[in-house]
Formats: sequence, C-alpha cells, structure tokens
Amino acid sequence: MIELENVAYSYGGGELLSDISLQLQPGSFHFLTGPSGSGKTTLLKLFYGALIPTAGHVRLFDTDVRAMDRDDIAEMRRRIGVVHQDCQFLNHLTVADNIALPLTVSGRDTLNEVSNLRELTGWVGLKSRADALPPELSGGERQRAALARAVIMSPDVILADEPTGNVDWEMSQRLLRLLIELNRMGKTIMIATHDLALIRAAKAHVQARVLRISNRRLQLAGADL
Amino acid sequence: MKNILVSVAGFMAGDAQADRVVPPTGFTAWLTLFSAGAMAFLAVFALALSLATDRLADRWGTELARSSTLRISAPAEQMAAQTEAALSVLATTPGIASARALSDDEQRTLLEPWFGPDLPIESLPVPRLIEIIEGGDGIDAAGLRLRLAAEVPGAVLDDHTRWRKPLVRAAARLRTLGWVSLLLIAGATAAMITLAANAALSATTQVISVLRLVGARDDYIAQAFVRRFTLRGLMGAGVGTVAGVLAVLMLPSTDVAGGFLTGLGFQGWHWLWPAMIPPLAAGVAFVATRAAALRTLRDMS
Repeated sequence: MIELENVAYSYGGGELLSDISLQLQPGSFHFLTGPSGSGKTTLLKLFYGALIPTAGHVRLFDTDVRAMDRDDIAEMRRRIGVVHQDCQFLNHLTVADNIALPLTVSGRDTLNEVSNLRELTGWVGLKSRADALPPELSGGERQRAALARAVIMSPDVILADEPTGNVDWEMSQRLLRLLIELNRMGKTIMIATHDLALIRAAKAHVQARVLRISNRRLQLAGADL
Repeated sequence: MKNILVSVAGFMAGDAQADRVVPPTGFTAWLTLFSAGAMAFLAVFALALSLATDRLADRWGTELARSSTLRISAPAEQMAAQTEAALSVLATTPGIASARALSDDEQRTLLEPWFGPDLPIESLPVPRLIEIIEGGDGIDAAGLRLRLAAEVPGAVLDDHTRWRKPLVRAAARLRTLGWVSLLLIAGATAAMITLAANAALSATTQVISVLRLVGARDDYIAQAFVRRFTLRGLMGAGVGTVAGVLAVLMLPSTDVAGGFLTGLGFQGWHWLWPAMIPPLAAGVAFVATRAAALRTLRDMS
C-alpha cells in the first residue's frame, strides 16, 4: 500500500535520506526510530505525500506521488490517518466536530455517522470532553482526539509521529493500546518514536518490526533492539 | 445557462458545515462590508454622472443643432416692421420648418433669472428674438445671412455652433471620466477584497493545514473563504447602492433652472443600472477571493 523505491530526500543543505526502499504490508505494525533530526518526520511526510522525494519513487496505493495532483493527494489522505506530536485542531470547533472533520470535508453526512462518532469518542475516552474546545484539552486528550480524527474515515494506514512525545508514561501506554487495537482490526500502523521503552512495551502485545534511520539509510533493527 | 443558475444558487445557499470550518472573523468582516458599501455608494454617483452627461451631450448634440436664433436690434418704431420682414424672409428660406417671434412675456421669462421679476421690458431697447426650428437638410447659414443683411439690416443670426461645440466636447469628456471612475472603483474594490482575503487566509494557515491534512480538497477550502467574501461584497454593495440611490433621489430638482444640467439622476430604465452594482461587486469579490485563496493553497503541501 505504501511503497518506496530507492527514495532520497534532500533539503537545500544536503541529503537527509538516501536510497530507502520499503514496502508496508497491509496489517503490519512498524516502529520508526532514530536520533533526533535523523529524518523520521521527513520520512513520514513522504508516506503521506506532504513531501515529494528528490530521487526514487514513492507509490501510495499503487500510484506514484509525482503523478498525483493536489486533489488526488487530498483523496489519498482520506485513506491515511496521520497523528502528529503537536496535533493541530480547528480551535473554534468542539472536540466532536474536530473528530468528525474528515467526514465533513469529504462531504459525508455527519448525521449518518453520529453513532460511529460517539462510539469512537468513547473508545478514546473523550466522551465527557466532546463539547470542549481543543485549547481546553490536556496533552494526552489532544493526542487521543487526534487519533480519533485520524481513524474516523476508517483508513487503511495510520501514521503517528511521536504520538507519546508530550504525554506521561501511563497515557503513552493508553495510546499504544489503542494503536495495537487498531492493528488487530487490520490497520497498518507506523509509529515514529525515539522512546525505546514504548517499543519494548509494544513488543509484548504485537509483532512489531522496528526500522531505524541511521546514516541517512533505513535499517531493520535487530529483534533484541 | 440553466446549469450555471443552478450552481450559482447552490453557491449562494452554501454548505453550512463547510462555512463553519473557517473561523469567524468579526472585525475584518465589518471592514469588508463597509468598504464594499462605500465603493458601491461612489459607483452610484459615477454611474449617475456618466448617464447624465451622456444625456446632456445627446441633447446639446441633436436638439440644439436643429434650432437657431435670429436677433433683431432696431429702433422701437422699426421693430415691428423689421420683425415682419425677417419672418417673411425666413418663410421663403428652404430648410426651415418653423420660425416664430417670441412674445414679450416669453422674453421677460428668459431675462427674469438675470434681472429679476417685473422687468419693464416694454420701456427698454430689448432686441426681439425669433426662434427658428430647422427641418430637412438644415439651413445654409451663410446664404441666409446675406439675404438678411440686404432686407433686414438689424438682424443677427446665431446658429449656436459657436458655444454648442465646446459644450458637447466637455460633456463627452465628463462622460468618459465617469466611466473611468467606474472602472477605478471596480479595480479598487477588487484590490481591497483581495487584501482582506489575503489577511484572512494568512491568519488561518493553521486551519488550512489541518484541512489539508484530513483530506480536504483545495476547492472545498477555497469555497468556504470565497463564499464568505462574495456574500459580504454583495451585502455591502447592496446597502451602499441603496444609500447612493436614495441620495440621488434626494438631489434637488433642477427643472426650475431650465433643466440646464438635466438633473444628475437616473431617468426611465436607467434606474435599472444601479441594480447591477451589487451583483457586479459580488462577482469582483468572487474572482478576487478565489484567486487569492488558490494562490495561498498552492504554496501549502
């Protein structure tokens, strides 16, 4: 579903990533790790078409991103849920409206999805906060709201960039459990993190592969970490 | 055509959910409304000016061209005889539809604006005026002057061309100025709405990037902004136009002064022209905001 072939990406200064080939299989669970500034976020952005590789090919759902126009990319984002470390919301809309935003912008009737939305809000534990505005949420609540927004379209892939960066250990465990649950439902999960404890905790519950960026290249880290 | 109407109707009705996606902007909204209104108000006057000078140029160009005046200056005892003689010359001149000496009352009315009422016109050596209405191919002024010089020595023919030409030219120039003003007003409206839209867009880059992230198309995002600014342009211009038309209606009537300025107003179906201003302003707002929105969106991933 997401396929990289000899991909390189360079900012003005020089190459950040080079010669990266990868295929994300449906239903797989990946961690992406590496030191700060190694290009984890850049690689994730290549996965959802926010960046175009400077060399090589990125294929999303069998289409080369270079062949996609802006509307194709918008359509594709409905099939890839993204959670950022500092997730942004529309601050003038309630949490429930924000979670339903992907439905709104894709022209789906949110009224038909009310039960779905309520269930999802309950699943991430934000039922009592549904009518709050995003600025009133705590860091952990924001992450869970972002996760709910990322999955409401029932995407095939969920990309999370340091989802536990701003939350305490207990909350990061909770987020991890949600992501593992999603993986059990058949979603492909990719989590970028530098938190090795989180990866170890996940390994007890799910068969996760760990990818490490080092020296601009992507390596499959050993099972022992 | 029907499809266009349907899509315009759909655009106006809007999508309540899409509208909510863009955060409300209280202050700039009022500024946009106010500027659109002010521009529409000015546009009404520019329009009135253009149409009035158009009428004026028309009237001076055609009506006055078909008339001329014969002035007879003679001692009082010869006045009646010379007027008779002049009228009989005119009656046998080709190209004259009618010629008529003005009565004392009429001449008094003509002089009244300058000398005040109750002028004892009988006791003054006021020349007699003969109004000539031309017909057919018009008169040969030079030939007529020669005949008059022989038969009515006190007669002077004025065919109005002397002062008519510069007036017509001035009216035409005023009319051009009016249309240029309208173009400038439209351009200024577009510029001002573009600035307002750009300000709104750059204040909401976070909103736009969130919308892009969750899979909104450019059209969807642009539409939310474009619709808002188009409606503001339409509403502001509507209010401004109504105010402008009321102001034109309240202009004092100029009929008393002989209709020389023909009134800086609208006549007949020209009243429909101001009704075009709000839709035109909305169209300008639509094009300006859409261009601004799509330009901003292209720069975001």
